[in-house]
Amino acid sequence: MDNSRLGGHYLQKYDNELEGVRNRVLAMGGLVEKQIGDALTAFVDADVKLAEAVMQADLTVNGFEVSIDEECSRILARHQPTAGDLRFLIAVIKTITDLERVGDKADKIAKMAIRLAESDRPKNNYSDVYGLGERVLKMLHGALDAFARMDTEAALAVVREDDAVDNEYEAIMRQQMTFMMEDPRNIGRIMNVIWSLRALERVGDHARNMCEYVIYLVKGKDVRHVSMEEMERTATQPR
Amino acid sequence: MTNQSELLNMDGTTHMTSQTPMTHGMNAQLFEGRERLRIDLDREPISIEVKDLDLYYGSSQALKGVNMKIPSKRVTAFIGPSGCGKSTLLRCFNRMNDLVDSCRIEGQILLDGKDIYDRSVDVAELRRAVGMVFQKPNPFPKSIYENVAYGLRLQGVKDRRILDEVVERSLRGAALWDEVKDRLDQNAFGLSGGQQQRLVIARAIAIEPEVILLDEPASALDPISTAKIEELIDELKQNYTIVIVTHNMQQAARISDFTAYMYLGELIEFDETLTIFTNPREKATEDYITGRYG
Repeated sequence: MDNSRLGGHYLQKYDNELEGVRNRVLAMGGLVEKQIGDALTAFVDADVKLAEAVMQADLTVNGFEVSIDEECSRILARHQPTAGDLRFLIAVIKTITDLERVGDKADKIAKMAIRLAESDRPKNNYSDVYGLGERVLKMLHGALDAFARMDTEAALAVVREDDAVDNEYEAIMRQQMTFMMEDPRNIGRIMNVIWSLRALERVGDHARNMCEYVIYLVKGKDVRHVSMEEMERTATQPR
Repeated sequence: MTNQSELLNMDGTTHMTSQTPMTHGMNAQLFEGRERLRIDLDREPISIEVKDLDLYYGSSQALKGVNMKIPSKRVTAFIGPSGCGKSTLLRCFNRMNDLVDSCRIEGQILLDGKDIYDRSVDVAELRRAVGMVFQKPNPFPKSIYENVAYGLRLQGVKDRRILDEVVERSLRGAALWDEVKDRLDQNAFGLSGGQQQRLVIARAIAIEPEVILLDEPASALDPISTAKIEELIDELKQNYTIVIVTHNMQQAARISDFTAYMYLGELIEFDETLTIFTNPREKATEDYITGRYG
């Protein structure tokens, strides 16, 4: 079944409303992606100005969440959507919650960037943080792409990547602990680094959630809290 | 029903269905993990079985090779665009189509395993077992009491005590008793449309049928009367097999356990209502229920 179309209703207005929601989700996603990218840059470059801009723009992200939610509830009340349309709206409502929280993570990383801007830089200038950031940014991009194209294979690839990100996160965390043991004077600074790493790792989790909604939307099966094998089966099976 | 709290909706209509069929019986299972929220059609006891049913009006074929099993003591809804054959199929279940001269039927319909089109079947007897309610309420020009007692009188019951008892029980069963108990001798035409429809349902259940067929029973009623009929249907399914034809898809979603989608005389998809409205198998079903061009 072709689930990627929102159009084709007898009511042209209904098509337009659904398409409008989809476009706004993608616009919100684009903004959130930029927020994480900027926060990461601010962190690594100790760019306080950029960090402040990220914190300011988080208000726009929040605004997106509220307005998309409102539009979804309006469509639910007006059209009583069913089947694919219903799943689309449920997926959207859940997706924007995750996106908003990714936005909060950008805000948090920006805060840490400001705190760390004045302190000494480590030898590697946070290249490990940047590396992890790049990876989750790619996941986020992949999740939004999977949503835009309603592509379960792409969604699956992001979910797989999340496990790798979790492993990398653990490895970097262990490293940070060694740094703290080496010189306890570093603890204050490294705590901030750890908060940022944690935020990035959570971004990966949110991207993964969004991908699960994409699989639900397209295949009609809820794949939260199931094994990887079952998710793969669901995502690749023809309906 | 009267002492039940009525929640006022934003649009001023009331919500009277305390428990929608979708959640019915699911609460206990919800906590047992994600395995089985569904009703299994294959494990349901069957009331009516349709086998390879073809129906012709003259030379035009109105039903094409319909096969389905209608579960006992559940609500089964038929949906589909006008002319899809859903009312025709419903009317087959108590042989109302016999009244149409040009109508010809091939295939079988079994009620509790017995072919209802068999030569030996007494049609009056069949219609007693399979009652029917139409879109427009059709009370007889008699008192409320006599409307309900009509079926029994026809069967020759004269004992006033028995009649009183059945009338009260049926009116209670149709959730109408409290509204009419003080004016049973008044003409049924004095009732509102929604009350008349419930009176007709009381008349149908007075003779204790097995199956109740409802053909668009609420489409001429306002939202409050509709809610009362829907709530009534939810109660009636404890004792009767209910088959309902409706154009109102939200109504089918609200009240039925199983939904059949028909198109151009064919049964396209028949499944648990939850599945039909959240994740139908057939694209044609999806197109219809989401309001799309096929």
